[in-house]
Amino acid sequence: MKKDYSIWKLLSQGFKNHEGWTPTWRNPELKPSYDVVIIGAGGHGLATAYYLAKEHGIKNIAVLEKGYLGGGNTARNTTIVRSNYLWDEAAMLYEHSLKLWEGLTEDINFNVMFSQRGVFNLGHTLQDMRDIERRVNANNLNGIDAFALNAQEVKDRIPMINIGKNTRFPILGASFQPRAGVARHDAVAWGFARAASNYGVDIIENCEVTAMDIQNSAIKGLQTNRGYIKTSKVGCVTAGHSSVMAKAAGIRMPLESHPLQAFVSESLKPILDTVVMSNAVHGYVSQSDKGELVIGAGIDHYLSYAQRGSPHIIEHTAAAIIELFPMFSRVRMNRQWGGIVDTTPDACPIISKTKVKGLYFNCGWGTGGFKATPGSGNVFAHTIAHDQAHPLNEAFSLDRFHTGHLIDEHGAAGVAH
Amino acid sequence: MFVITCPHCCEAREEEEFSYGGEAFIARPASPETVSENDWGDYLFMQKNPKGWHWEMWGHSTGCRKFFVLKRNTANHTIAGAWTLTEARKIYDAEEATV
Repeated sequence: MKKDYSIWKLLSQGFKNHEGWTPTWRNPELKPSYDVVIIGAGGHGLATAYYLAKEHGIKNIAVLEKGYLGGGNTARNTTIVRSNYLWDEAAMLYEHSLKLWEGLTEDINFNVMFSQRGVFNLGHTLQDMRDIERRVNANNLNGIDAFALNAQEVKDRIPMINIGKNTRFPILGASFQPRAGVARHDAVAWGFARAASNYGVDIIENCEVTAMDIQNSAIKGLQTNRGYIKTSKVGCVTAGHSSVMAKAAGIRMPLESHPLQAFVSESLKPILDTVVMSNAVHGYVSQSDKGELVIGAGIDHYLSYAQRGSPHIIEHTAAAIIELFPMFSRVRMNRQWGGIVDTTPDACPIISKTKVKGLYFNCGWGTGGFKATPGSGNVFAHTIAHDQAHPLNEAFSLDRFHTGHLIDEHGAAGVAH
Repeated sequence: MFVITCPHCCEAREEEEFSYGGEAFIARPASPETVSENDWGDYLFMQKNPKGWHWEMWGHSTGCRKFFVLKRNTANHTIAGAWTLTEARKIYDAEEATV
């Protein structure tokens, strides 16, 4: 079953006109019962299934996807990976994830093209710079690499950035995390799918959950458009649609779903070898290996499930990017899209048990879930397998909205991811 | 992008003129001092967040600066109507009673 992707395999296939490749993951029939069912075959859901099989010995797993694999936010984000969060709980969770990213390509034997090209978070006001100093110091105390740079140091590293004073929001400096970077989002979904499938996990596409069978506050099974599935453990990893799934289980969630837009330019020669983000002007940009500028916007402020946002957000973001990089003013944009992100009041995720026994939720990643893909799956798998939170996600329970132990990451999370 | 008719100005304007104010008709607990942690948390943070019809607050922030209530379908951005708070409350209560 194990199929290696290696230089030798590529060479030998090259002599056979590449006709010998087999599908990357199995396309199995839905079985009537599973030990664990994961709803949502995005990066987080597939990673959860993978770590359940690999680290917790649970192999009889189904991952249900109402559309196609990785067709939601996994394929719609701007692929930034970093861990420079302010509060200990969040920093530890994202750093756990970043450490997994560093070994992910070898671990799942699929090149996720993780490129640690560094991330700059720009500061535009005196208060921004104070916050950056504070966050960098907090990061260093937590063993996370971070530096506070002044405007000239930013300019030295990114020569075409405009640090002039004659702009609406002049750049005063930045925080810089060298180990941060980008990864290829599709490869993450495909790689986890293949690795999980090799462990015997059934990935069922075009399978929508229509109802949850809950008896005596315990999950007994799921009704889907392809029939009933008996199971005693369900992990719900449905991002923007988490409130819809929670409603089916009679649970209230502190989530609001918003469109988040992004766009890419035509391909250019290599021009930007790092990632630049700015919360103040609502924009972030990196260059993909194909040469496109990948640009992300802030969220649209209204609630929506429509996977499209309003044009004025794009205009606002394009203006911000041009102010940072005047030389991009004549670059033409190629494609634009939106995804639905589930935001929480404290900009931190919910990785939690619920009042329904055997029903777990992993949601609320808001605008920045991609960076957490392996870490999120890893701790969520532990939570499902042991019916108890991993030490890293204890603080991210649904209870925190009733006890008041919020983890306010608006400063480090904000809009920019 | 959608066009909203402000019930105060009675003019159809682009969404950009308005500010979204979240779910409408969230009732503040009658006696905050005695309410349980659970109910207070529900009041502060829990959202209906429906996929479908949603009653929501909007402010005409670059126009008359007044608040009003919009009923909008979050799946496709169709707008059923916009009313002042008092009018909307009546329609909302009547709708809730039939559900």
